[in-house]
Amino acid sequence: MMNKLRSLGIRALLLCESLGRSAFFLWNILNWGRGFKAPLHRLIKQAYQLGVLSLPIVLVAGIFVGMVLALQGYYILSSYGSQEAVGQMVALSLLREFGPVVTALLFVGRAGSALTAEIGLMKTTEQLSAMEIMGVDPYQRIFSPRLWAGVISLPLLTVLFSLLGIYGGAFVAVNMLGIYEGSYWANMQQSVLFYDDVMKGVIKAVIFAFVCTWIALYQGWQSRPTSEGVSMATTATVVQGSLAILGLDFILTAVMLGGF
Amino acid sequence: MQGKSIEVAVGLFVMVAMAGLLILALNVSGLRFQSDDDEYYLYARFENTSGLNERAKVSLSGVVVGRVVDIKLDTDSYVAVVKMAIEKGVPLSLDTSASILTSGLLGEKYIGLSVGADEEYLLGGDVIEDTQSAIVLEELIGQFIFSRTNESQ
Repeated sequence: MMNKLRSLGIRALLLCESLGRSAFFLWNILNWGRGFKAPLHRLIKQAYQLGVLSLPIVLVAGIFVGMVLALQGYYILSSYGSQEAVGQMVALSLLREFGPVVTALLFVGRAGSALTAEIGLMKTTEQLSAMEIMGVDPYQRIFSPRLWAGVISLPLLTVLFSLLGIYGGAFVAVNMLGIYEGSYWANMQQSVLFYDDVMKGVIKAVIFAFVCTWIALYQGWQSRPTSEGVSMATTATVVQGSLAILGLDFILTAVMLGGF
Repeated sequence: MQGKSIEVAVGLFVMVAMAGLLILALNVSGLRFQSDDDEYYLYARFENTSGLNERAKVSLSGVVVGRVVDIKLDTDSYVAVVKMAIEKGVPLSLDTSASILTSGLLGEKYIGLSVGADEEYLLGGDVIEDTQSAIVLEELIGQFIFSRTNESQ
């Protein structure tokens, strides 16, 4: 009994410790002295790794999610005789929820895991300590460009995901289900608001990007310098990142819809 | 050389995404960049606006000429006051009437205007006097049942 209590206590203390360490880690990245000194070419290289290379999976996923939404929406709405509203349904669900959330989940799986593995391996091969010995600040050289590249890339990916989803939905609705093209777009334009729907989705994506990249970098940084440690850290990035996205999404949606 | 092509790819990525946001703004949300100078405000008092929303269409002969900006309750007379933004290029005569209509059987509510024959025109801030409230389906059915039971007696 005492042993069980003790192990519970140890776990709680470890959790608190890692929360604190990750906060300090973030503070070191954001610290004014070095955070914004990230040289542009490193930022661009990371934006290529995180953003451009994630494009194929995000775009293909966007088209298919939009197409499925149109199909599902059509069958539900047609039982109320209002299948013309399918455009509005596809656009609103993509812009408000599916766009930010699914893109962020894909981003964690595609880019977040790669970040963790890369940094974990740098730690295993003692590149990080070597940098510190040479007087190169790893926060400035490694972490900061990656964090900012993630924060820039994910919202852009989200916009493209939603856009392609809406066009994929239009393709299915107009060509397969025979909805008049004009009413697909007109219904959508009437009900979608630029600030309330489009921009709030982008704001969500910025917050998700920040949290995902932070988790990925921290997991890589704190991983045990063994091959097993790196693999555990990569798993932890995907699991914690996905859970953080879904949990945060609920909170952000509640706040944005004024539920509180 | 390789660094250059990466930079080009990132630049393209950012540009395409920005263009995507622009398409979302213009094509999907129907955002229009127009200043307040292009429209003037009219008010109309309705006894019942049930289901009318802000941003609802204001149409004249089926053509959209404006939108609903604001709906408030006037606590002195307990009627709803609807504020509408109408395009500058559409002058409306003084005896214009406004009614709340429904597009389709279950569609959204909008305001339909019909112009009268008066020579003078409404100015910004004027109130449309001749209004017809939204039709509430339950009231109609109630009236129908009431008249049927009266007939059968």
